[in-house]
Amino acid sequence: MIELDDIHKAFNQGQPNEYWALSGINLKVAARQVTAFSGPSGSGKTTLLTVLACLARPTRGRVRLCDEDVSGLPERFLTEIRRRTFGFVFQQFNLVRGLSALDNVMLPAYPLGLPYGQLREKAESQLAGLDLGHRRDARVEWLSGGEQQRVAIARALINDPEVVIADEPTANLDTALSRQFLDILSRLIDEGRTVVLTSHDPLVVESSVVDRVVRLRDGHLVDGAG
Amino acid sequence: MRHWIARQRYLIDFTLASLARRKTKNIGLVLVFSLLVFALASVTLLTSALRQEAARVLAQSPEVLLQRMVAGRHDLIPPGYIERIGRIRGVQQVEGRLWGYYYDPVVKANYTFQVAATVPPPAGRIVVGPGLARFRGVQAGNVLSFRSYSGKLFTFTVDAVLPAESELVSADLVLLNEADFRAFFDYPAGHFTDIALSVANPQEVRTVATKLAAALPDSRPILRDEVLRTYQSIFDWREGIALALLSAAILAFAILAWDKASGLSAEERREIGILKAIGWETGDVIRMKLWEGTLVSLGAFLLGYLAAYVHVFHFSATLFAPVLKGWAVLYPSFTLLPAIDGLQIATLLFFTVFPYAVAVLVPIWRAAITDPDAVMRG
Repeated sequence: MIELDDIHKAFNQGQPNEYWALSGINLKVAARQVTAFSGPSGSGKTTLLTVLACLARPTRGRVRLCDEDVSGLPERFLTEIRRRTFGFVFQQFNLVRGLSALDNVMLPAYPLGLPYGQLREKAESQLAGLDLGHRRDARVEWLSGGEQQRVAIARALINDPEVVIADEPTANLDTALSRQFLDILSRLIDEGRTVVLTSHDPLVVESSVVDRVVRLRDGHLVDGAG
Repeated sequence: MRHWIARQRYLIDFTLASLARRKTKNIGLVLVFSLLVFALASVTLLTSALRQEAARVLAQSPEVLLQRMVAGRHDLIPPGYIERIGRIRGVQQVEGRLWGYYYDPVVKANYTFQVAATVPPPAGRIVVGPGLARFRGVQAGNVLSFRSYSGKLFTFTVDAVLPAESELVSADLVLLNEADFRAFFDYPAGHFTDIALSVANPQEVRTVATKLAAALPDSRPILRDEVLRTYQSIFDWREGIALALLSAAILAFAILAWDKASGLSAEERREIGILKAIGWETGDVIRMKLWEGTLVSLGAFLLGYLAAYVHVFHFSATLFAPVLKGWAVLYPSFTLLPAIDGLQIATLLFFTVFPYAVAVLVPIWRAAITDPDAVMRG
C-alpha cells in the first residue's frame, strides 16, 4: 500500500549542524496490518513515520501511495492526501487545549464543510465507540492521559482514514491503558484499516496484534524491511 | 455553496474559540488598538466637524467684504465709498459695517464689538455672546462697564445673551446700536470699518472683486470662499499638529504590530502544525487567522471610533478641544453637529486595520507553508 524507495532525510542541510536522520530506507507497508517501527531514541522512527505519512518531505527518495508517487506533490495535494488517507495519533496527543473533546474530534472535518448536525453526530459516535460519550463536552486538558489518547484516536478516525499513524502511542500510558490501546488497534484492523506506529514499548512491539516489527538504528533499517 | 458556507462557519467558530483561549493577550491588544483609533478618530472627527461648522456659519456671511488699506494696514472706509461701489455693475446690495476689538483687562480677554445689522438694541443696552456672559458672570438685566480707548467709562445694560447654538462665532460678541458704537470708539460719522456687499450672479463674484480693486485701488476685497479656505487651512494645520503629537502613539502601535509580525508564540506555531497535520489546508489556516486579525482589528476599530464619536459629539472633545478649536481667550463652548466623513474612515482603516492584518498574516503565512512536522518540532 505504501512504498518507500531509497528515502533519505536530512535536517539543517548545508549547515555545520547538518544531520541525516534517515539514510537509504526501502520499505513496503502492507494494507490491513499493524506495522511497528522500533528502535532506540534518535534512531529515526518518528522521522520515518512523518515522511511515510506525508507530514514531511524526504530529502531524497520516493514515497508511493497505492503506486502513485506523492513525494514531489505540492503542499495542497499533500494536505488532501493526509486528510483523505491518514489519521494521526501523536505522542503528546497534540489536542487543542481550551476546546472540548467533541470540538477536537470535529477539527479535521472542518475543511470538508459537512453540515453541522451530521458532523456532530459522527464525532459523538466516534467518542461513544471509545467509551468517551460522557466526556464529550469536557475540555481536553481536564481529561486523564488515557482519555486524551482516546480523544486523539477519535479525532484520527473522524474522516474515516485508510491508514492510522500513531507515534509512541503508549509512551504516556500505564500498562492497563496500553492494553486498552492494543484492543483498539485490533478493532481498527478488523474495520479494514492499516496501522503504522512507532514504539519502543515491549508491550506493543511483542504484542500479537502487531503483524510486523521494523527495527531502525542510526537512520538505517536493521531488521524487518521485508 | 452549502459546503463553503459551512466551512466558513467552522472557521469563524474556531477563530472565536481561539480568541477566547488567548483572552488576556487579545483584550490587551484590543485596548491598545482602540486607544490609538480613539485618539486619531477624535482629532479627525473634531477638525472635520469644525470645518463643516465654519462652512455652515460662513454660508450666511456676505459674499464679498471690502476693506480699505493704508500703508498696508486696515483703515476706516471714508464717506462716498458706498455710493461708488453701488454703481459698479453686478453689485446687488452694499452695506457699511461697524465693528472693532476691545481688550477687557478685568478678565484679560478680547471682545468683538459690532453694530447689529438687524434690530439693534436700544441706546445704552447691549446684547452679549454666551462666552462673554459666562466669563463675566452676567445675564440679561445686569450692567457692564467698559473704559473706552479715550479713557471714558461707558456703562451698558445687558439686553439679552445670544443663544449657545451660535457660540462658535458669537462667544466674544457685543452687539450695540450705531450711535453707541460711534461714541464708544470715537468713530467719525459716515466712516465704516468695512463694507459687505452681495453680488447678483454668484458666478461673477471674482469679476466683481476685480472691478472693485480697479475702481478703488486702496481697497482689498475678501471673498467668502477665501475666508472659508483660510479656515480650512487653519484646521488642517491644527489637525497636523495634533496628529504629529499622536505620532508617538502611532509609533508604539507600529512596534506592537511589528512584534506581532516578527513571530508566533510556540503555542500558536504548534497549533498551526496540528491543524495542518490533521488535514487543514494552508489556505484554511490563513483564512482562520485572517478572521482572527479582522475580528480583533475591526472590533477595536469600531470600539475606538465609537468612543471618539461620543467623546467629540457628546462630550465636546474635552481632551483635544484646547489644541484644535481655541484661538482666543474666550474658548467657545458648543456642541458640534455630528458629521462622519467616509474618506476619513477609509484613511483611518487603512492606517490601522490594514497594517495590523498584514502584520498578523506574515508569520502565519510563513508557518503555514512549512511542513507540519517542522512546525510542530518548532
